[in-house]
Amino acid sequence: MSNASLEALQPSLQPQPGAPDNWKRFFTFSTDHKVIGIQYIVTAFVFFLFAGLLAMVMRGELLTPEADLVDRTVYNGLFTMHGTLMLFMWTFPMLNGLANYLVPLMIGARDMAFPRLNAAAFWLVPVFGVILTASFFIPGGPSQSGWWAYPPVSLQNPTGNLINGQSMWILAVALSGISSIMGAVNIVTTIFRMRAPGMGWFKMPVFCWTVLAAQLIQLFGLPALTAGAVMLLFDLTVGTSFFNPELGGDPVLYQHFFWFYSHPAVYVIILPIFGVFSEIFPVYSRKPLFGYPVVAVSSLVITGLSGIVWVHHMFASGTPGWMRMLFMFSTMTISVPTGIKVFAWVATVWGGKIRLNTPMLFALGGLIMWVFAGITGIMLASAPFDIHVNNTYFVVGHFHYVIYGAVVMGFYAAIYHWFPKMTGRMYYEGLGKLHFVLTFIGANLNFFPMHPAGLMGMPRRVASYDPEFAFWNVLASLGGFLLGVSTLPFLLNMLSSWARGPEAGDNPWRAIGLEWMVSSPPPHENFDEIPVVVSRPYGYGSDEPLVANASEKE
Amino acid sequence: MFYQRWFKQRWILVVIGLAIADTVLSIWIGQQSYRWVPPQASAESILVDDLFCLMTTVGSLIFFGVVGTLVYSMIFQRSPKYDTSDGPPIEGNLKLEVIWTVIPSIVIVGIAFASYQTYDRMEILGDIGPKSLGMATANAAPMTAEVVKTDPIEVRARQWAWEFYYPEQAVSSTELHLPVNQRANLKLTSEDVLHGFFVPAFRIKQDIIPGREIDFEFTPIREGRYRVRDSDYSGTYFAANQSTVVVESAAAYQDWLAMAAAQSPTPAQNRAYREFQRSRENPNSQGWATVEPAAPPVVNYASSDEESYE
Repeated sequence: MSNASLEALQPSLQPQPGAPDNWKRFFTFSTDHKVIGIQYIVTAFVFFLFAGLLAMVMRGELLTPEADLVDRTVYNGLFTMHGTLMLFMWTFPMLNGLANYLVPLMIGARDMAFPRLNAAAFWLVPVFGVILTASFFIPGGPSQSGWWAYPPVSLQNPTGNLINGQSMWILAVALSGISSIMGAVNIVTTIFRMRAPGMGWFKMPVFCWTVLAAQLIQLFGLPALTAGAVMLLFDLTVGTSFFNPELGGDPVLYQHFFWFYSHPAVYVIILPIFGVFSEIFPVYSRKPLFGYPVVAVSSLVITGLSGIVWVHHMFASGTPGWMRMLFMFSTMTISVPTGIKVFAWVATVWGGKIRLNTPMLFALGGLIMWVFAGITGIMLASAPFDIHVNNTYFVVGHFHYVIYGAVVMGFYAAIYHWFPKMTGRMYYEGLGKLHFVLTFIGANLNFFPMHPAGLMGMPRRVASYDPEFAFWNVLASLGGFLLGVSTLPFLLNMLSSWARGPEAGDNPWRAIGLEWMVSSPPPHENFDEIPVVVSRPYGYGSDEPLVANASEKE
Repeated sequence: MFYQRWFKQRWILVVIGLAIADTVLSIWIGQQSYRWVPPQASAESILVDDLFCLMTTVGSLIFFGVVGTLVYSMIFQRSPKYDTSDGPPIEGNLKLEVIWTVIPSIVIVGIAFASYQTYDRMEILGDIGPKSLGMATANAAPMTAEVVKTDPIEVRARQWAWEFYYPEQAVSSTELHLPVNQRANLKLTSEDVLHGFFVPAFRIKQDIIPGREIDFEFTPIREGRYRVRDSDYSGTYFAANQSTVVVESAAAYQDWLAMAAAQSPTPAQNRAYREFQRSRENPNSQGWATVEPAAPPVVNYASSDEESYE
């Protein structure tokens, strides 16, 4: 490809702090996709810890039925900002970090298609992160309308100020949308145009398929959300009436705008985790990914279906019966391509030579929690049952099994798996296993009790509740605090391993893939010579070489 | 040769045995599901609970099947410590992949169809459309116990109080009284923001949209006192916005209406308003600015916050 010739001729244009061995490069406007990837991941993790602390204060409040630990307005601000930060400052940047780091390496490219755009997209993240954090310190506090920001509550603005928590929230979400669109354009272009010679679609690793499927959703979905956010901002600040019922607007219209993006957004989050599972299971089972072409294509099927299911968030809203039934059927169909993937992973693991290293433990734990989340997901797709549990803790439990059980566990699996590649050093296996045990127990203890509480009728977003729900809430709170503790061995492991862990070597897992054929950490611009791919990924158990110039294979 | 065949047959028997065990366990868990929800106090709750039981059974079957297989692999298919060889290079199996695409599709269509029938029979918003367009459906007869057409009871939601208004008797109340075994007709309205009318014991819920009147129906079948909860987040005192629904015999219901009609309107207790006044007087209050709660509703029948419910 053309990127090979042009950029390879020039020496690095990085300023000196950006030299590949200098830690200061992580604080510069670096255009190296590996630097940007780590910038994303570390920034996201800082906000993960912050938003997790907010959640622990909420779990403290919910230890007792009365609203006694914090004021109700504070509680409402906490759950709003917990959800917002976790989505826009943790999962999306974290995924972009993984995609940034891995996609060029996996497809045999020297960098992303648009390196400057890439850096600009990243540097927007701390900007809107600061805006969201700053909203805690302005009069009236941060937004208190939930991460959905449904009008009319989001339009009420009790402070009367033009700059209030809600308007800062909308500004941050709009900037996040711009950053995500910039990232999506970049990633989609990179995957389409910059694959190494010989890497046809069906020689591309599934992680790249899933990232492509996810980023396509960003491209078609984000415009709807951004349009909705802009209209909401106009309603809030200049008195238009798109959604304000007092002036003839329609609050349900906003819900359509919001969920047209925000349901597919869940697939933006989960699809790359499917990719992580698809990469990790073959390595630690020493078997090829079972049914690779079907697993790959089912990602795009999910992308297509994700665009026609959004009304299932509105089964109890102002929607007519026929609409509820239509979207019930469309939502149910999405479980078929998802089920295909789950069965394929089980078949990959089955009969393998399994090694329970930390990445494999997190991937297996994540898969088990994902299966549970998938089953409650089918229940929620059933409109008559959803009407009972809609807006209750059952839904909260379901999506935390998705977002924590599958996604965060998948993130951890990915970090441990590629940590030796990113840093050149090996993490400590014992601390990793301790981290897994605490996380798996903590996540189940935290999120399983939400299901019975929801079935009994406990609404979500409540600062106080009837005493009958206390038992399950105490359990959930204990699990929440355990999850907080579980991050400590992880942080200790990452920091100490990065500083003085043992040398990992280029391919400690004996994994097959272009990223494992370069040094650890990979050199600037990744490949001296762009490899020519000759076989499918995941060739475990067969002796076919992955690339043509066989001298590079070992 | 003989040994191999015996081994293969034994293996099939083990799989069949495990499948039966999974089925028995799943049916048992499905039956338990009735205990995870509040008492069945409406005709709709019976329908929803049966559907939930079905989905819990099928879901358990899948969950234990998949997780059991994975856990078996994790325990018994581990690589020996110094064995660096690879597993068998199996890249796929078309027959297997077709099976696990087709069977889940059939199961999903079955669940979707059962859900459709359930929703159709609940008729909480009246007919769902296709029937009124002339399309035949499997269950045409509505399952209402006794249709007594009355003017709908008006449910007025606001930040943060519930007010129920009986237009025929001109009675207002902060507690919803309904006669047992009669179709209840409600007209849901909101004076400010989104609210949600949710009675867990009835398994029914409907968001209330400001600027709209939503006709909502269901049939209470069990006498008792149950919680009405605001289910759609409505701002600062959302969690405190709860009330009670009292299901009673037709005679007791008429007595209550007559008694309430004879009372002159008085301001009810209101938790949101009380908490707001208290926090305003408290110099140490650490809350942020909030929308002021509406004054307590002035009603013929003012229920007490402290009264119990089931």
